[in-house]
Order: sequence, then structure tokens, then C-alpha cells
Amino acid sequence: MTVSRPWQLTMRVLALAWLLALLLVPVALIFYRTFEPGIGAVWDSITTPAAISAFWLTIEVSAIAVAVNTVLGVVMALALARGRWRGKWLMDTLIDLPFAISPVVVGLSLILVYGTTGWFGRDLADAGIQVIFSTPGIVLATVFVTLPFVVREVTPVLREVGDDQEQAAATLGASGWQTFWRITLPSIRWGIAYGVVLTTARAIGEFGAVSVVSGKVSGETETLTLLVEKRFANFDLAGAYAASALLAAIALLTLLVMTTFNRRREEA
Amino acid sequence: MSAIALPRRRPAARSGALALGISTLWLSVIVLLPLAAVVVRSLDGGVGDFWDAVSSRQAVAALRFTILVSLATAAINAVTGTLLAWVLVRDRFPGKKVVNALIDLPFALPTIVAGLTLLALYGPNSPLGIDVAFTQFAVLLALLFVTQPFVVRSVQPVLIEVDREMEEAAISLGASNRTVFLRIILPNLLPAILSGAGLAFARAVGEFGSIVLISGNVPFDTQVSSVYIFKLIESDAPIGAAAVSVVLLLVSVLVLAGIRLLGRWGARHDR
Repeated sequence: MTVSRPWQLTMRVLALAWLLALLLVPVALIFYRTFEPGIGAVWDSITTPAAISAFWLTIEVSAIAVAVNTVLGVVMALALARGRWRGKWLMDTLIDLPFAISPVVVGLSLILVYGTTGWFGRDLADAGIQVIFSTPGIVLATVFVTLPFVVREVTPVLREVGDDQEQAAATLGASGWQTFWRITLPSIRWGIAYGVVLTTARAIGEFGAVSVVSGKVSGETETLTLLVEKRFANFDLAGAYAASALLAAIALLTLLVMTTFNRRREEA
Repeated sequence: MSAIALPRRRPAARSGALALGISTLWLSVIVLLPLAAVVVRSLDGGVGDFWDAVSSRQAVAALRFTILVSLATAAINAVTGTLLAWVLVRDRFPGKKVVNALIDLPFALPTIVAGLTLLALYGPNSPLGIDVAFTQFAVLLALLFVTQPFVVRSVQPVLIEVDREMEEAAISLGASNRTVFLRIILPNLLPAILSGAGLAFARAVGEFGSIVLISGNVPFDTQVSSVYIFKLIESDAPIGAAAVSVVLLLVSVLVLAGIRLLGRWGARHDR
């Protein structure tokens, strides 16, 4: 179907205007508002002790979440794509749950298990371990919400590649580990890379689940997204914009990496 | 597989069982155990307390608004998402690749930043003079922002694969563009549009970060369920919060199951 020129132009303008009004102008405005008071002020507000501590906590939590979810994501993808067992559809469905559940409910669920009145609350307190309102809680929340990404990127790649080469390697005497390192891993590396990027972006940006379990102690359990909210609530609008611009810059970088990976993956 | 290869495959089978075991354990500890705690502990105060928590006027009002605004979000996304996908697949213009990459921006941008950016443009200090902050429309705007990629990304690949010969055949038989779109293209895209809209709906129902700043959290007006649950947790009523969460969980699970069924229907439609 070829659309007439006026129609084509109308649709193009409508689509781009929608994108502009909803996404691009607001995000551009944040950068404008951030740098309005000058670059020095921005630098000062993202290098306060609270901001630096929030930055490193965000990096630390994201690194842990990415590491465990990458390793276990690949394991789960292998179980889903290669295994033949009953109840596979159930796991396939359950893995998507973190995408569909409200982040607030995720935070609440952790409180109900690990909080002072939670299922393991008393045992953890006896052992001197604090999970809720502390870093372990933030890590658990982040791991929960980012669990599906690597699995969802790697499973279809594994299915598409098939297991012919793996079987050939096994026939030629390769051990399970050798087959995995030399055959399976190279063929899914772009899928993993893409999943890692998505996991990182979500981990850095997670707000709802973390906000419930963090306790928001400045300099201790405050991540970058929580810092944005606190500065906004304290009428420090310039500070909130500066922290937001930092996060938005990370998001744009993520987008750039995603686009590059996508191209590499299509070429591969 | 020949008989000679069989003994060699045993380690693979063993590692397969190991993968399955680790996966089950991981999923149970990280996801299922906490969710089970929400469901079980929502009944800590008995069925009566559970019912009181979910049927309180504020809880019902919040849930009703959440569902309605999420439906509106899904419906608007179905239209704008299909339009965007169409323009990205069938149109040509300079900078199309950049636009295509920017579609994913809401997935990469932290939700709290999304809320703040919308507040900067459509809030009290709006340079356009448009101030919708703390209204129901603001909630809709925030949800449209964060769910924007879903329909585009589910329709786009289907539109690329759609059989152009069918369209050409219809046109050579004298069908108008309108007929071709309604009778050939739309039916082909429908499963993808619906599953994209379903994902957008599921995401909208649970959304928190982008709404929390812009909604003003006015009970019986702009308060959505996720923010209501957050307030219950803050006022130290975790069991009531769990009860409302169970209702929200139920909605999510139903939508997820619906999308799965749709996927199966779409696959059958292909053949």
C-alpha cells in the first residue's frame, strides 16, 4: 500500500510531534534548566558528600545486581532453552513477574520477609544482620526488579542457534564446561551484552522498590534516584535537576550502547 | 543421534539438571518467597481485616482510578504506538535512525527523572504556561511517557514482516487504501498491538516513580494504588498494604496470562 504524499507527511508530522512533546522536549528542558545557573553550580551540587556517596552506592548496588543476574540469567536461559522437563511453561511465565509487579509491592514483599516483623526478622536480628533499611535490602530489591532482562535476551538466541554445534562438540569428546566456554558462550555473547546493558540501566534507575526498603539515610542508604526525590522534596530544585541530568546522561549513554550492540548483533 | 554419542551426552544431561535446580532455587528465593509473604501475610489479621483493607473507600477509589487511567494509557498507546511504528517502517526521512533509537529512551531513563522532566515542562514553572501538575491528566501524561515504547516495539517487527504481496494483490483488485488498511494490514497487526497495549497496561497499573512527584497524591482524585500502598507502608500498616498489594498482584497476573494467550493466538494467526 502506497500512501499519498499529504497523508504520509501528516502521519510523519503527527508521530514526530507526539514524540517531541512527550519525550524529547521535557528531557531537553531538564538539561537546559540544569545548566542555567552555570556549570560550576552543577559541579558543586553533584560533588557534595551526599551526592558522591549516593553515586557510589548506586554503582555498587548495580554492579552486584548485574553480576548475579548475568550469571544466573544465563543459567536460567539454558534451563529454559535446552532442558526438557515438565512445568517449563510455569517457570517461563514466572520469570516475567518482576516486569508486571509494582516496584512498591516488591519493596513491601522484602519488608514482610526480612523486616523486623518479617518471617526471618527475628533470626536475622539475632545473627546481627540488618537487611531492611540497609544495603542488602537495596541489593535484594534491585536484583528482584532486574531479574528477567538477561534471561529474556539470551533464551531466544539459544533457541535460534540450536544445539547442533554443542552436540557435535560433545560427540568429539568435549566436556560440559569446554562446550559451554567454547561453543555456547561465544554464540550468545551479544545477547548477554544487550541484557547486561538493560539490567544496568534499570538497576541504576530503580526508584520505587529501593525507596521502600532503603530508609533513605543520607550518605549511607541513599541512591541517586532517592537523592533526586529528597532534593525535590526539600525545595532544592537546582540540586534535583543536577542529579537528574546526571542520571539522564547515563540513560542516553545506555541508549547509545544499546543501538551499537543492536547493530553488531544484527551483523553477527 | 547415533548410539555411539549417547554415553558422551550424559554430562550434558547432568549439567541440564543442575541448571534447572539452580534456576528453580534462584527464582524461588528472589521472587517467589517474597511474593508468597505478601499473599500469606495479607491474611495475618484474618479475612475480616483483609476485606476491610481492600474495600476501604480510599483503596477502592485508588484502584478504580488506577485501572481507568491505565486503560486510557493502553488505548492511547495502541493508536500512537501503531502510528509511530508505521512511520518508522514505511516512511523515509533524514534522522529516522536517531528517532528509532530515541523510542527506547523511557526504558533507559529512571522513572523519577521522567516525573521530574514532565513537571518541569507541564508543571507550575512551565515555560509553555501549561500547568497540569497534581491533576488526573498529569498521571495520564506520566504513564504515557513511561509506557511509550511498548506498542511501537511490538508492532514494528510485525509490520516489517507483513506480506506486501497481499496488499498489492488487493490494490490490483481495486481495493482502496482504506480497505487495504482495515481488511489486510490491521488484522495482521492486531495481535501485536493488543499485546503491546497489554504490556503497557500492566506496567501502568504498577507504576510508581514517575507518578509520585507529579500526581500530588490527592486521595479520591489523583491517588493511584501503588502510591496508596506506599503511604500505608510509611504509616506502618504493612498488613493492610499487603492486602491491597494482593489485589494489584492479581490484576498483574491476569494481564500477564492474557498476553500469553494473545501470543499463542498471534502465532496461530501467522500460519
